[in-house]
Amino acid sequence: MKDVLLSIRDVWVEYGDRIVLEKVNLEISRGSFVSIVGPSGAGKSTFLRLIIGQEAPSRGAIFLNGEPLQPEPGPDRGVVFQRYSVFPHLTALENVAFGLECSGSMFLGRLFGKRRKAALDEAAQMLARVGLSHSLNAYPSQLSGGMQQRLAIAQALVRKPRILLLDEPFGALDPGIRLDMHGLIDELWREHGLTILMVTHDIKEAFKLGDRVLAFDKRRHDPHAPHRFGSSAVYDFPLTEKNRRPPAELLALSGAEPSRAE
Amino acid sequence: MRRLVNIRPGRGGKVFLGAAPLALVAIGYVVASAARQAENPADKLLPPIEAMWSAWIRMSLEVDPVTGSIPLWADTVASLHRLILGLGISTGVTLAFGLVLGLLPVARATLGPLVAAIAVIPPIAVLPVLFIALGLGETAKVALIVIGITPFMVRDLASQVGAIPEEQMVKAQTLGASTWQIALRLALPQAMPKLLKGLRLSLGPAWVFLIAGEAIASDVGLGYRIFLVRRYLAMDVILPYVAWISLLAVLMGLLLSWISRKFFPWDHTRGAE
Repeated sequence: MKDVLLSIRDVWVEYGDRIVLEKVNLEISRGSFVSIVGPSGAGKSTFLRLIIGQEAPSRGAIFLNGEPLQPEPGPDRGVVFQRYSVFPHLTALENVAFGLECSGSMFLGRLFGKRRKAALDEAAQMLARVGLSHSLNAYPSQLSGGMQQRLAIAQALVRKPRILLLDEPFGALDPGIRLDMHGLIDELWREHGLTILMVTHDIKEAFKLGDRVLAFDKRRHDPHAPHRFGSSAVYDFPLTEKNRRPPAELLALSGAEPSRAE
Repeated sequence: MRRLVNIRPGRGGKVFLGAAPLALVAIGYVVASAARQAENPADKLLPPIEAMWSAWIRMSLEVDPVTGSIPLWADTVASLHRLILGLGISTGVTLAFGLVLGLLPVARATLGPLVAAIAVIPPIAVLPVLFIALGLGETAKVALIVIGITPFMVRDLASQVGAIPEEQMVKAQTLGASTWQIALRLALPQAMPKLLKGLRLSLGPAWVFLIAGEAIASDVGLGYRIFLVRRYLAMDVILPYVAWISLLAVLMGLLLSWISRKFFPWDHTRGAE
């Protein structure tokens, strides 16, 4: 196995007698771009919440870089949600500088003088990289949906996380904007050598961007007690440039939920 | 024929439509007053505009020989002092408790029921307790305002802070923010415009509690004055005073709106709720 960054060992998630995830075993290598697909309710978002640290597994363990993952969010894991990822009361520049200010000033969470200028310069560079250099002083509500997601990506990358977690990051965007964002995230992945985990509804998007696609679904199904069996990664496709087309069985899996047009 | 729900007045139309009822009320008052005066020139219930104007001049320009001060201004200063003190204390308490309750589940579990219990006590019912415990001076009147509006403001702010999307809270933590940094850089700035909004909504009740306190035990103040001259059926003083109190309340509301727009523009841009 290659250089393993994230290791999920025999993880279960249960709420009372409802089993959401069962026996998930996965290893994610450093530098990979893993797309996660699956029908609604198949636990793919729960899986991502585990990695973010929003919840802890009921059984099993998760290791990041060989160390047990803390069950609360931390700066080693960057995140971009579908919505509400950016702070409405800060300008674009301040949104990106936020992470730098938090690490630079324990008590006030604010930098001053030269250090502030250095942080703002770094933030401005990051914003220029995602194509927002003309909106440094705009508030998020003045930006379009696509621009807000660019901002959220810049904000997450400025702390140089080990792993970037994307939860339906382009789900709310128009098709044209979504194509632009695909280009941007692909470039950033290659440039920064990022490790990315992306949950998406869109199977085509998953196969286009990822170099590995995981499909979550229930392995077993009890029609009388559907909640008693949890999901796990039922398909695991390593992708090369040659097999970038989703296989038929996977399209059938998501049949209940047609992928949105690109 | 267009449906009534689709007919929207233009700019001028709005001004005209808004002014018409006010003008009607004013005209109605003048007519009714004139009718009563014609029947009985000593009538006190609906004094004519001139009588109110001369009473207003008397209250606002002439020194009262007993107290040595001009009544309207002495009353206004005393009332605003109490009101602003009460509002200030309430705002401070609200900011501290609202943030903590909204942000920390442990604090919500501990203090939430207490705040909810305090909020259901009718403040005026506690007024005797305040007069007994704190005496008849300024403290009891300010305390009545504080007790009257703070529980509502705290619960309002706590729910606003609690409504900050979980995505933002998680994002802040992935950017390395501690609980303290989240409170200071995320919750506090987002709470401020909501706090001003809560304060604006509390202005009405605050005036009610102020006037109630002044009516019962005081020797100066806007509420004291209208309850004092009530004994002489001096409607020519009471009505201008009521108008003056309303004007002060409107001005304070406008001031708070202006502060919110000036210092928290992000809460007022298009797209913000």
